[in-house]
Amino acid sequence: MAAVSDSKQPMVAIKNLVKSFGRVDAVNGVDLEVEQGKVVVIIGPSGSGKSTVLRCINHLEVPTSGEIWVDGIHLTHNHKDINAIRAEVGMVFQQFNLFPHLTAIENIMLAQRVVRKRNPEEAAQMGQKQLERVGMPEKANFYPGQLSGGQQQRVAIARALAMNPKVMLFDEPTSALDPEMIKEVLDVMLELAKEGMTMVVVTHEMGFARNAADEIVFMDKGVIVERGTPNDFFASPREERTRVFLNQILH
Amino acid sequence: MGVTNMAASPIQSKRSSTQAEFVQWLAQLPWWLLLLLFAGVILLYQFLTNELYTAILGRLVGGISTTIFVTLTAFTTAIILGLIAGLGRVSKNRIIFNLATLYVQVIRGLPILVQIFYVAFVVTPAFFTLLNAIGKSLIPALGPDNFMVTSTTQDVSLLARAMVALALAYGGFEAETFRAGIESIGRGQMEAARSLGMSYFQAMRYIILPQAIRRILPPLGNDFIAMLKDSSLVSVLGVRDITQEARLYVSASFRYPETYNTLAFVYLTMTILLSLGVKWIENRMSKNGRGV
Repeated sequence: MAAVSDSKQPMVAIKNLVKSFGRVDAVNGVDLEVEQGKVVVIIGPSGSGKSTVLRCINHLEVPTSGEIWVDGIHLTHNHKDINAIRAEVGMVFQQFNLFPHLTAIENIMLAQRVVRKRNPEEAAQMGQKQLERVGMPEKANFYPGQLSGGQQQRVAIARALAMNPKVMLFDEPTSALDPEMIKEVLDVMLELAKEGMTMVVVTHEMGFARNAADEIVFMDKGVIVERGTPNDFFASPREERTRVFLNQILH
Repeated sequence: MGVTNMAASPIQSKRSSTQAEFVQWLAQLPWWLLLLLFAGVILLYQFLTNELYTAILGRLVGGISTTIFVTLTAFTTAIILGLIAGLGRVSKNRIIFNLATLYVQVIRGLPILVQIFYVAFVVTPAFFTLLNAIGKSLIPALGPDNFMVTSTTQDVSLLARAMVALALAYGGFEAETFRAGIESIGRGQMEAARSLGMSYFQAMRYIILPQAIRRILPPLGNDFIAMLKDSSLVSVLGVRDITQEARLYVSASFRYPETYNTLAFVYLTMTILLSLGVKWIENRMSKNGRGV
């Protein structure tokens, strides 16, 4: 898909983001910029606020304070704006969240029809194309309940891609999968990264982070502790907290 | 299957196992249905041979169309009201939420019989008083004979008032059924729909409600049966459903057992057939493996 936007302006920009749930500060002042075509991987212990940052980008969580721009558009509380931005931001969830009453292809076609206003032929064609892209063209007419976890997650990725998003958000996309299915999902994501998709990925898969990330962001207790390229980050972490975390996760 | 004694001869064990199967088969029979069918057959015999029963049945059948009409119309309206109020009950808008909750709480706190009297003799006249007043103030614009001035409470039949009351009453129950159905759909479904750019109402229409309605079909079916039974309440307004026909017949003939036997027979025939239908829906739903 053609890049319409100015390449110098970041695809996603977050300034001093704060999100509190009651008295708990999940995110406490995060700044982040994601340039077009780049893959940013956010890692960190559970409860560090990394998923919350991701969910604020498309306003699934309303920030307590701070500012967010997506493709140069400032996110406000205006519902029309938010729906418009969400259509440009693909999101993949830990629990897949496919619509169980619709087949795979219907899952992919619905938002194209009602949000993008594409006609049925167009939507079906795009749906089939995206199913091929995630390697399961023969499963178009299967219901989610008839698919494995890995297949469901790939359909969920195809569903997001069919909207021609400018950026894709992945919220622990492999955490709910059986080990033998993780690779098929990661392979699809690696392929996307190679094709130049702008991606923000929250994951515990360090192998993916090493191979696909342009930048790794380590979060703990609601703040960014350290960031860097995969090589620097894994080989020579500067912060003590990062070292402790990497030791735990890499054994 | 029954546990057979290993030491017993093959023939004996075979016999005892068929015996056990027979006993189990007997125990599994729907005795309640057989007893009911038995009573039904006796009554049917009466309808065919006893002139009094034949006459009563003929009289009651005249009310069946009213009973069915009241049930269908009031229930359809109740479903629409319930859907609207149910959406209000899950709304984040405090005004809408409170209005819907007020409706549900008032309705659920009043006996349906009282609601019928209230709608028929308080709400309807009050509505026309208001309408007349508005009409009078609009005489300069619409003329002295505009419909708002000329219409009166009598323009609305007691049948219509009874149906409005039943619809309002059941709308309150269905609102809670819809709310429960909507809330039973995981949060992730709404998030996924919204993250694709759908509006709240698009997500409701295409994602949440289709799944919720599938889940609440059995309770809705049961409420339909309950509505069929409660439609008998319209008889207090003199609406000639089967219950009213029975009451009229009794007051002229004093044939209490024959009349009310027949009335119970007609209701049971309808409700049991319908409940078998609900069972069928439930079975079909548990069989199809879409995880819905």
